[in-house]
Amino acid sequence: MAEASDSPLNAPPATRMLAHFWMILGVIVVAFPIYYVFIASTHATQTILRPPLPLIPGPEAGSNYSEAFSGGVSRIGGVSLWRLLANTTIVALGIALGKIAISMASAYAIVFFRFPLRMVCFWLIFITLMLPVEVRIQPTYKVMVDLGLIDTYPGLILPLIASATATLLFRQFFMTIPDELLEAARVDGAGPWRFFRDILWPLSLTNVAAIFVIQFIYGWTQYLWPLLVTNSNEMNTIVIALKKMISFADADTPWNLVMVTSVLAILPPILVVVLMQRWFVKGLVETEK
Amino acid sequence: MARILLNDVRKSYAGNQVIHGITMDIPDGEFVVIVGPSGCGKSTLLRMVAGLEAITDGTIEIGGTVVNKLEPRQRDIAMVFQNYALYPHMSVRENMAYGLKIARMQASEIEARVQRAAKMLELEPFLDRKPRALSGGQRQRVAMGRALVREPAAFLLDEPLSNLDAKLRVQMRLQIKEMHLNTGQTTLYVTHDQVEAMTLADRLIVMNKGVAEQIATPLEVYQTPATEFVAGFIGSPAMNIFSVESRGYSAILPGGHVLPLPGIPHEGALRLGLRPEHLRPAAPGENAIPVELRSVERLGADAFGYGVIRGSDTAMTLRLPGTSQARRGDVVELVPDPAHLHFFDADTGARIAEA
Repeated sequence: MAEASDSPLNAPPATRMLAHFWMILGVIVVAFPIYYVFIASTHATQTILRPPLPLIPGPEAGSNYSEAFSGGVSRIGGVSLWRLLANTTIVALGIALGKIAISMASAYAIVFFRFPLRMVCFWLIFITLMLPVEVRIQPTYKVMVDLGLIDTYPGLILPLIASATATLLFRQFFMTIPDELLEAARVDGAGPWRFFRDILWPLSLTNVAAIFVIQFIYGWTQYLWPLLVTNSNEMNTIVIALKKMISFADADTPWNLVMVTSVLAILPPILVVVLMQRWFVKGLVETEK
Repeated sequence: MARILLNDVRKSYAGNQVIHGITMDIPDGEFVVIVGPSGCGKSTLLRMVAGLEAITDGTIEIGGTVVNKLEPRQRDIAMVFQNYALYPHMSVRENMAYGLKIARMQASEIEARVQRAAKMLELEPFLDRKPRALSGGQRQRVAMGRALVREPAAFLLDEPLSNLDAKLRVQMRLQIKEMHLNTGQTTLYVTHDQVEAMTLADRLIVMNKGVAEQIATPLEVYQTPATEFVAGFIGSPAMNIFSVESRGYSAILPGGHVLPLPGIPHEGALRLGLRPEHLRPAAPGENAIPVELRSVERLGADAFGYGVIRGSDTAMTLRLPGTSQARRGDVVELVPDPAHLHFFDADTGARIAEA
């Protein structure tokens, strides 16, 4: 891959500068609003509302953040920032891990076992790709009500777990595992469970990491479903709470606290990506077994 | 250590029979090579013994137990795969130990066996490496080691050398022979390479289209091939086989030449097989086969001439001395060695005993 002559690093200086120009421009376009959120979280509401907004951090950072954590957010939203972060983390982790568990299990069944209606099962899973949460939201809501899962973590997590995308990703990966590897394991005496645990799981780790990152962010940023299935403020996720905080008239909105909450809503997904980046990229590009 | 009994073993896929009833008694410690062209069912047969393919009909016995319904792990066999099938995330040591670990063997015993196998296969410096850090030959040896440590009743090898280059193949062939002599384990070995087949086997199964054409020692297969297929498949360069018309004590060859042949079985149409190495130059005035050379390959010690019987388009391959001056266009007069004549039925291809 790093063939010297083809590497972009060996392109003529002008080309390289142009490439860098576009990349830097792209970074600014994407990063500037986030930077602005951070800046706003360090100023008083009055400063935020009076244009122009300063471009450097203000003096209120300490007081904004400590106020947000020590009751500021609960005063407006009726629930503490800690609770919101905990709720969202539980939901995002639950969705990510649940999706991985369910989709690995179903992909394992579809790829490695011969059972009647195997292809029917595969197509049923495949078809759900065309049915996102929004399309099936009413029946799903009804089911959750009947099960008494409104305002519970399972209610927030379960309907978002079933995932055709992750199942298909695992299926594609499992199909690259040579048959002979499975046969060697059978001759070595490994049953289905041991084969999964000792061979398939270690080989899938990078894929698991990639899917975890994607699904964690998917879970973290869920809006519609948490909005529907939670009534009590105590069960809000951070995104819902944000929405509730700014539903007042502009002047009444404590923008400094909203911005602090926004920063805290952005931070965990960024952390997950940064911490798992190496594995994430490996999982997406790696084709060798 | 075990005797393997195949009793009329058959295999069908969706009603389409691919193995047509193979029966064989493999005594304990014998090295049997299953050889044949690709698609002849040799790998399928091996995989049925391993338990990786279901047996449609007939029985397979390993060490006195009918194993038809047993999982591979219950059959006490070890298998070496063509692509080695090493576990990529495990070190060489873990690869070899995995089966033993599953069998809940004591850690000290596992280590001892791994060390012993590593020593025999000269893998000691690589025990902590991952398979991807090994060369093809080393991976192949790890695959052998993984089978060795199991100390199974039978060794099954599926074209284990076909992914190696020519030099390594010779080396590994000798090593496998050596290993078999050391361990004395019953071994089934699948290959399409007749050199491997001839050199390794105590006995050969020559397969064609799902049928065992001949089961015999390598020399028997070479000297008295049971069918025209076996005659053409074993031996390099291949045996010359062509139709002749028998007239009692002589035969009419393609091109109308008459050749006296002692022991010719019966009158009428026959197939005659003559190995290139069993033809000698004719003395003056002797009845001979005239071969018009089309090309000559000189290998140093030998030369091989490729031509046709004069007046026909029946191809003939000859073995000439390395010093031969024969060139394209020459006509060589040849006489077959009467001790090495092969007659086959014109319709069935079965060997016909000499009269």
